[in-house]
Amino acid sequence: MDSANPLTAPTVREAAPISASRVRSGRRVADKILVVASTVATLIGIVVLGSILLMLIVEGVKGFSPLLFTEPTPGPGSEGGGIANAILGSLVLTFIGIVIATPIGVLAGTYLAEYGRASKLADLIRFLNDILLSAPSILIGLFVYTLMVRTMGSYSGWAGGVALAIIATPVIVRTTEDMLRLVPSTLREAGAALGAPPSIVIKAITWRAASAGIVTGIILALARIAGETAPLLFTALNNNSWFSPNLMGGIPNLPVMIYQFALSPYPNWQQLAWAGALLITITILALSIVARFVIKSERAR
Amino acid sequence: MAALTEQIALARSADAPARKTPGGIGDSLFRLASYGSALLVLLFLVGILGSIAYGGWPAFREFGPGFITSSAWNIGQEQYGAFVAIIGTIASAFLALLIGVPLSLGIAVYLTQLCPGWARKPVSMTIELLASVPSIIYGMWGLFIFAPLFASYVQIPVSSLVEGMPIVGTLFYARVPSGVGILTAGIILAIMIVPFVASITRDMLDQIPTVLRESAYGIGCTTWEVVRHVLVPQASVSIIGAIMLGLGRALGETMAVTFVIGNANRLSASVFDPGSTIASRIANEFNEADGMQLHALMALGCILFVVTFIVLIIARLLVRRVKVA
Repeated sequence: MDSANPLTAPTVREAAPISASRVRSGRRVADKILVVASTVATLIGIVVLGSILLMLIVEGVKGFSPLLFTEPTPGPGSEGGGIANAILGSLVLTFIGIVIATPIGVLAGTYLAEYGRASKLADLIRFLNDILLSAPSILIGLFVYTLMVRTMGSYSGWAGGVALAIIATPVIVRTTEDMLRLVPSTLREAGAALGAPPSIVIKAITWRAASAGIVTGIILALARIAGETAPLLFTALNNNSWFSPNLMGGIPNLPVMIYQFALSPYPNWQQLAWAGALLITITILALSIVARFVIKSERAR
Repeated sequence: MAALTEQIALARSADAPARKTPGGIGDSLFRLASYGSALLVLLFLVGILGSIAYGGWPAFREFGPGFITSSAWNIGQEQYGAFVAIIGTIASAFLALLIGVPLSLGIAVYLTQLCPGWARKPVSMTIELLASVPSIIYGMWGLFIFAPLFASYVQIPVSSLVEGMPIVGTLFYARVPSGVGILTAGIILAIMIVPFVASITRDMLDQIPTVLRESAYGIGCTTWEVVRHVLVPQASVSIIGAIMLGLGRALGETMAVTFVIGNANRLSASVFDPGSTIASRIANEFNEADGMQLHALMALGCILFVVTFIVLIIARLLVRRVKVA
């Protein structure tokens, strides 16, 4: 840091006669501006989050009633109704997504941390996984549309679940790898010295040592996919009635329901959209906070 | 060899679960499974590119390079061009960076330098929670809360102020001050990228050795000088990486933008006018599209894929290089 000496000539040169401060006024002003600007920036961030939560609570509570959890979504122009089918559909889709993504993500993370380590292939996969992590989710929707909706001939819950799984996988891969890398290699060596083959060492020692971190990754992935809308638009679509158990045809789900109902002209639809938005945001914020605490308790141990 | 060890293992498992020899079927199966899963991640990416390129190919073949420069989007006459959507995407992402980057840097500086100890945790948690709010909620907030306020307190006064002025008059004039438009989309996107850019920047600033900061304060630097001459030069490359990561998000964001951009296929010089982005157009039209329109939308997706992936690759390279160093 010797290259950039920040102080060129801040000395007593202009010992301000009036002000008691010896700091040149230009420097003081620049400093004040920085302090004010960054405080304001932080305040803006907090105010925006506060305003979003306030809006959700005010509008969402208005539409909250026990009927939400028992009635399916109403048709256009009809009165009342609930969002029970959308809630159930969302649970099903998220469940399918996480059930597919967890084994793939954990195993791939294990490969990167244990088997691949420094190999060229592992480096490449790590890099592409990071990119997949922030890839536009609508493109994943297009991919699954071509892959499943086209070939199966109809929108389906399976396609929606797969799309969510593709979004969840990189999150799980990333956290699993990071957490496995934190496990001290002496533990692995101890296992290997007892004669355990690599797979046993990984399953019984490293996975167990990193279990809280891996669970956190899964919770974070859950929080990420629970509110995803774009990839469901062309895969699970939406539907205003209960869905068939084979999950073919449009599957009602909260995010797409919110999207369609919020932009609709019917007041009861908009009300339901707000209620759904409140529900989904509370769920996701709760999941993210839980994930945080799992990590914290793990570090404390 | 494997069969032999298996036999021994089987023979022994009857009386005692004796020690297992390294190797064996289970072991190589497990290795294979994790190898396969890792390859699957690779396959996802190839699959995304492949399917979109395959779907968009007919449109590229039909319209040639003119697809990118044409601003037509006429479903009746089967004439499609990507120009308006590309400009909308770039303009909204650029505005998002213009607004979001100073905000994020301010937040990062506040959290690392100015914030009192007790407030650090809750404030940074609040900012990070912003990242987990689903994009559709931002869209609703933008449309129902922000847009009306923006229309009455910014668009209308600014429009009447600049009306008739040479350049500013076209750039900031709203023909229909409804609150939605490119600038509104840019602002919402800015809010959405702030948590990402701010938290990466904060992590990078935290990694800078405290000694550097303390010695700068020790020779009498003000906070501004410490930030400007010590922290920023140290973390500049990774801050740029974080900004690129934010740009990648802003380019591909769909739902929030679809709510607030107005969805018009019109080329306009004013940032207050509605437009559309690649992602919002796909979200709006894909379900009702077939034939050439479907191919054209896929081709739009292909352009988005290429652009975001270049941006994300640069971002990751920049962020990574610093971590290694």
